[in-house]
Order: sequence, then structure tokens, then C-alpha cells
Amino acid sequence: MISADKLKLTGYRRPDGRFGIRNHVIILPVDDISNAAAEGVGMLIKGTMALPHAYGRLQFGEDLELTFRTLAGIGRNPNIAAAVIIGIEPKWTDRIVKEIAKTGKPVAGFSIERHGDLRTIEMAARKAKEFVQYATELRREPFRVKQLCMSTKCGESDTTTGLASCPTVGRCFERLSNAGATLIFGETTELTGGEDIVKSRCITPKVKADFQRVFDDYADLVKSQGVDLLGSQPTEGNIRGGLTTIEEKAMGNIMKIGRCQVRSVLEPAVEPRGAGLHFMDSSSAAAEMVTLCAAGGSVVHYFPTGQGNVIGNPVIPVIKLSGNPLTLQTMSEHIDVDVTGILRLEMNLDQAADAALRVLESTCNGRFTAAETLRHDEFVLTKLYRSA
Amino acid sequence: MKHSILLHERGDDVGVAVADLKKGSTAGAVTLEGRSAGSVKLLHNVPLGHKVAMRPLAKDAAVLKYGRPVGKAVQDIPRGAHVHTHNMKTLRWMV
Repeated sequence: MISADKLKLTGYRRPDGRFGIRNHVIILPVDDISNAAAEGVGMLIKGTMALPHAYGRLQFGEDLELTFRTLAGIGRNPNIAAAVIIGIEPKWTDRIVKEIAKTGKPVAGFSIERHGDLRTIEMAARKAKEFVQYATELRREPFRVKQLCMSTKCGESDTTTGLASCPTVGRCFERLSNAGATLIFGETTELTGGEDIVKSRCITPKVKADFQRVFDDYADLVKSQGVDLLGSQPTEGNIRGGLTTIEEKAMGNIMKIGRCQVRSVLEPAVEPRGAGLHFMDSSSAAAEMVTLCAAGGSVVHYFPTGQGNVIGNPVIPVIKLSGNPLTLQTMSEHIDVDVTGILRLEMNLDQAADAALRVLESTCNGRFTAAETLRHDEFVLTKLYRSA
Repeated sequence: MKHSILLHERGDDVGVAVADLKKGSTAGAVTLEGRSAGSVKLLHNVPLGHKVAMRPLAKDAAVLKYGRPVGKAVQDIPRGAHVHTHNMKTLRWMV
């Protein structure tokens, strides 16, 4: 059995002491109308990655705060060596630059008004060139599992995720948690029917109360819409795969945390403090949830799937596990860890966890995941309500 | 007999087909630990990943999987039947 603290990991030490396993220079737009300039820089300068997205204008209140926190969190993520921020005007741009600058990594902001796209692209591209040359000089060095921050979320679940791929991640998380890693899970609505189990794992009465509050908020939102969620939760894909109810789906989902205890409840896109498992209030939509985890500082992600969710993320490698033989037969190019042996009783959970930890180790050391090779770069902000 | 239905807990009302199962065939069931849970004659075709009733379930009875209620029967379900959205519903989010 592989012990998590024996994993040989290498990564990039950032000025704030955290370790990244990728070394990206990102060109991050503050808002939707700055996507074109960001993509312009991305096309000009080799080794950069533009991260276009759909929001950032006329948002307000908690929704705006979440957008700021997500964008700043992405720049702060240890997989990012340096960041160029481009917004339409300077004020919101500077706000994001300042948050990222607190990590000590190189960051620079540019705004389009009074320059136009073309002059902005030129100025930003000169800075991006400098950042790429800085980043490409950095070298990997060994780091300990207790310096690793990672996350999990499952997608296109079916009955096989509850039997095989989710409990495999649960077994990995038990070992990683014992070795002092920082771990994130979430998917608030998808705990419905098993929320009592998660609550019972919360380490203090305060954490229990925090969890109950965010869970009740989501349940109230669902109730306020007065609709039957069948088709959305479970999804049509879940139903095709044999899942009938949200409770059944939740029980499979919860297998991902194994017997770990929950140390804290995080608002979306907030960085966890301290070793062990943390619950992040989040949507269960795959691209939104993985983006929130990346904004929270996760550097790599375990993604169990049944029917074959193909998601990836531009900032953090997404490792897919599946125990569904039909998925392995028809779309194996998306799957990193095959745990179909569990269904045939040819593999037990400890053996499956060994396989998943080996893939985690090689991914941390630079090997591309299936989603990375297939250019699955889904970067999706969570929007809480309509804009002004 | 080689198993074709897996159960999370031995006492579960439903098991999961680990292959496409044919109506009229007899399927062996085991728990994840490999303990036998008997066999059942299938009343319907059951696709890979879908559930099979391991015992008769009365209308409105809770359906146990993972040793816990994960929904209720909305009609009488005989042993060996395919269990899914047509005869089982959530106990939550009722509108």
C-alpha cells in the first residue's frame, strides 16, 4: 500500500512559500470586453495563456465580490508563475493586481480606456515577454505532501462512481489527509440526502453550524424556485447511468471524502487555512466548481466520473477516474485512472487508491493528464445573481 | 456463479447491474467485499449501472441502498424488477 507521505513530488516554490505543479504565465481579463486584448497578448507571446470569461461588468454585492475573489485567486494560485491583468478601466484592474501582488509573484495590470486595444496589447505583451523569460528560468524542486493543496469533485456520476471511483478518491484522501495535505471538496446541493453524514464529520460545533447554514441556503434556493429538479439533479446523464434520486447521487458523491473529518467551511473561492479536508460552498456544475477550487489554491484535482464528463481546467490538472466499463471502452482517451476492476472484484479500494496516487505523483511531476493533452481548458466563473 | 449484481450493503433493497442483464436470466449478487447475496431472476432487461430489486418493495416503502433510504417506491415493485425513475422517487425536494 502506497503511503501518501512517501510520494516523491516536485514543483515550483512561489515567493509566498506555496508550491505549484505547473508554471503558467496567464493573461487574465477583468471583464468580458477585455477578452479580445487578453487573447491578443496570448497569441503574440509564446508561453502565455489567456483566460477569457463571460463576466465582470455591472455586477454588484456578493456576486461582484465572488468574481473579484475568483479572478484574484486564479492569479494567486501556485500553478501561476506570473500574471498580466487587463481590464477596461484601471480601478477594478488594480484591485485584482493588488490581491495577486500579496503573494510576491510578478503581476502587472493594464487598462484599455485612453489607449485602445492595440496599444494595450503592445504594452501588456512587452510585460508578458518579460514574465515568460522569468518563468522559464524557474526550476522544479522537491516538496512534501503536507505542502500540497488539492481538490475533488465528481461529474456525470452514475452508480459506478458510488461503487468504485468516488470511494477510491475517499481512500486517497484519507491517506493524504493523514500525511498533512490540504484538501477541498464541495458541491453543496449534491450532498442532499447525505448532509447528515458530512455534518457529523465537522470537527467543532461552529463548523457544523457553518455547514448547516450553507446547506440550508441552497435548499431554500431550490425550494424558492418551486420546481422539480429531476433532470437537473440528478442530471439526464446521471439518470441514463442508473441514478434515480438526489439522495442516491449524494451517497456516491460523499464517498469521495472517505472517513476524513471536515476542518472548516469555506465561502466559494476562499483559500483554506491549515491541513486536512475543507468544505467549499459551491455549485455542482463541474467547470464552475473546479474553477472555484483553483481560485482557492488547489493545484491538482481528482475527478471521478461514471458516464464520462470530459472537463478540464486551464490552471490545475484534472485527473479523471472511472469504474464504468462502457466509458472505458468508448471514451478511454479521457480517463487517467481505470478502476473498473472494482466492479469485477479484481481490485480492492486500497489497490485502486495506489493506482490513483501513482497518477497523482506523476501528474505533480509534470506528466500531462488526459484533459490537459485534449486541451480541456474550461474556465468558468460562478455567477450568483443577475447584474445591475 | 460469477456475479453480475453488486450491493453496497448486504441488506440493501436494490443492487447495481455490473453488465447489461437480460430479462428471464438469473443474476448472482455479491457485496463489494465479495460476500454472496444470493441470486435473482430478472423480470426486465436491466442496463449496466441500473438497479434491480433484491426483494419485493411495497408502494411508499423506503428503498435502501448504502444501508440508507435513497428514495421511495411509488408502486409495488416485485423482486427482480428494474428500479428507476418510473417506479422510484426522491424523498427530498418534493414540490
